Amino acid sequence: MTQSQTGPTTSELSVAPGAPAAAGLPAGTDVAAVAHPPVRHRGGAWSNFRRRVAKNTGAVIALGVLGLLVVIAVIAPWITPADPNQQDLRSVLLPPFSDGYLLGSDQLGRDILSRLIMGTRVSLLAIVLALAVAMVIGVPAGFLSGFLGGRFDMLVMRLNDAAMSFPPLLLAIALVGVLGPSLRNAMIAVGILLAPRFLRLVRGVVIGLKEETFVEASRSIGTRTRTIIVRHILPNTLSPLTVAIAVTAGYAMLSEAGLSFLGLGVQPPDASWGSMIREGFLYVGRAPWLGIFPGVLIALTVFTFVTLGDGLRDALGREERTES
Amino acid sequence: MLRFLLLRVLTTIPVLVLVTFVVFGLVLLIPGDPAVTIAGPDATVEQVAAIRERLGLDRSLLVQYWDWVTSAMSGDLGTSLYTSRAVATSIGDALPVSIALAGAALLVSLVIAVPTAIVSALRRGTWIDRVATLGSSLGIALPSFWLGLVFVLVFSLTLGWLPATGYVPFATDPAAWVTHLILPALTLGIAGAAESTRQLRGSIIGVLQQDYVRTARAKGLRGRMVVGKHVMKNASVPLVTVLGLQITALLGGAVLVEQVFGVPGLGQVAIAAVTTRDIPVIQGIVLVAVLVAVVCNLLVDLVYGYLNPKVRPR
Repeated sequence: MTQSQTGPTTSELSVAPGAPAAAGLPAGTDVAAVAHPPVRHRGGAWSNFRRRVAKNTGAVIALGVLGLLVVIAVIAPWITPADPNQQDLRSVLLPPFSDGYLLGSDQLGRDILSRLIMGTRVSLLAIVLALAVAMVIGVPAGFLSGFLGGRFDMLVMRLNDAAMSFPPLLLAIALVGVLGPSLRNAMIAVGILLAPRFLRLVRGVVIGLKEETFVEASRSIGTRTRTIIVRHILPNTLSPLTVAIAVTAGYAMLSEAGLSFLGLGVQPPDASWGSMIREGFLYVGRAPWLGIFPGVLIALTVFTFVTLGDGLRDALGREERTES
Repeated sequence: MLRFLLLRVLTTIPVLVLVTFVVFGLVLLIPGDPAVTIAGPDATVEQVAAIRERLGLDRSLLVQYWDWVTSAMSGDLGTSLYTSRAVATSIGDALPVSIALAGAALLVSLVIAVPTAIVSALRRGTWIDRVATLGSSLGIALPSFWLGLVFVLVFSLTLGWLPATGYVPFATDPAAWVTHLILPALTLGIAGAAESTRQLRGSIIGVLQQDYVRTARAKGLRGRMVVGKHVMKNASVPLVTVLGLQITALLGGAVLVEQVFGVPGLGQVAIAAVTTRDIPVIQGIVLVAVLVAVVCNLLVDLVYGYLNPKVRPR
């Protein structure tokens, strides 16, 4: 996917070397960019970012692993060897490599491999939901706060301080406790918890961009504010946001697993990796593998997100690296 | 310094006021009529009315908030809907346990993180650094409750070295207190250590690139002197920031670890309250936890101001 899109954008860059991405270039080159309608330079910083990501081995491998997980999640119902909720009380707590149960069976005789495969779908959906909530709250608030500044900014930042003074998991537990336990409520709570991360990031990036020469240049030739936002500011927040998404996804997954482990997330008979650890915990003495497998999967996935986040951060242009 | 202290204390007030709004507002988030929801599906009309009266839901919102805040300030957090115990008493019993666990975990995380970060930053790019970085990424990725499960499996069930669950107060039996605390503290501390190692390593590398470090080296100061006198002194400032972040995170993470090891701390009380929708208890716990976190962070900031005169206002 990345490769097919790098082609055209590289040629765009060669046509217009003074694209918005080249904010660090001397002012002389910028004039050309301003003189032409900047439509064709859209996403300059973004395409540079993508090119650098493609060169980062760690990030590429991590993207591959995530792609595989997404594929598994999408086709899950068709590849499970057995019905993940099919009970068989004659074959409970079978060890791995048993006949018909590659990774063993749980306390109700359900196939663990099938439940892990279906759990992939639940766990990834949970991340998407939490990230969506976090971004819907955090990104516009951060953008307005950074762009407008003044009293509004002060108000938002005070609210943000208050939100960040809550011990993260405890606030989620309280919210779920009030709203009632379900995967949806759990992930809304986690999303609210993660929103300040996006808020601070976007605010920082926008404040930095407001001072950039190319934004000032654009404003000085009379570009309307709306156009400046759409053409210059929004595209340049994309790559830092991508880094934040990767890093935050790991936290979202751990939070979902934690809440489901406490019984506040996904409800039986559905399973996420976190809720499978909960079940495994009850049988730790008799069937330790029950809890071990889902934990390994969570650890590997979060590790992939962390590696991806590190790789993406390295791929950011120097001008985009704000504290986050 | 006095002015900085006053100013810093004053800025926490609006944050605390906002926090009380949020904690109080939890009741408003209950879908439908809170009294009906809390009473459960089988409750009679009288029971619902009794709950409504006990929670004060029949009065105006502002009056409710004011009553709640003023009694909370005098130490009265209401009574549990489920056990009819004073919320403050339940929290008072559980808080020392949580603080002991969080404190021990903080110790574990610092003992791991500080040396690892120093070695890894000084030997940047070598295999030691790579192993440490990989280890800290893995440490972040491991779900703490799962790590606890593995510890129970290995150290309690297989080797039989340490008790798997439970808690013994220090006053009853100090030795048992320690053995019961080791596994939970290790579990909680490892997650914190991973995060701290990454942040500390970054800040030490930042200090190493400073001009004054180059100057110190250039004038022929021995490596150990440079690190001891210049690098560590300046890198200790970010360590204080890391401490502040850690305290808030540990208080949250403790909930999971307490559940795994059956430690009767705030987390256990919180989970019990959440499963029974015991709103006053939930509100009380969140409020107390935030207070602890805010006070700890205030102390951290004051230490920070003491160590680094640049952040003090003039």
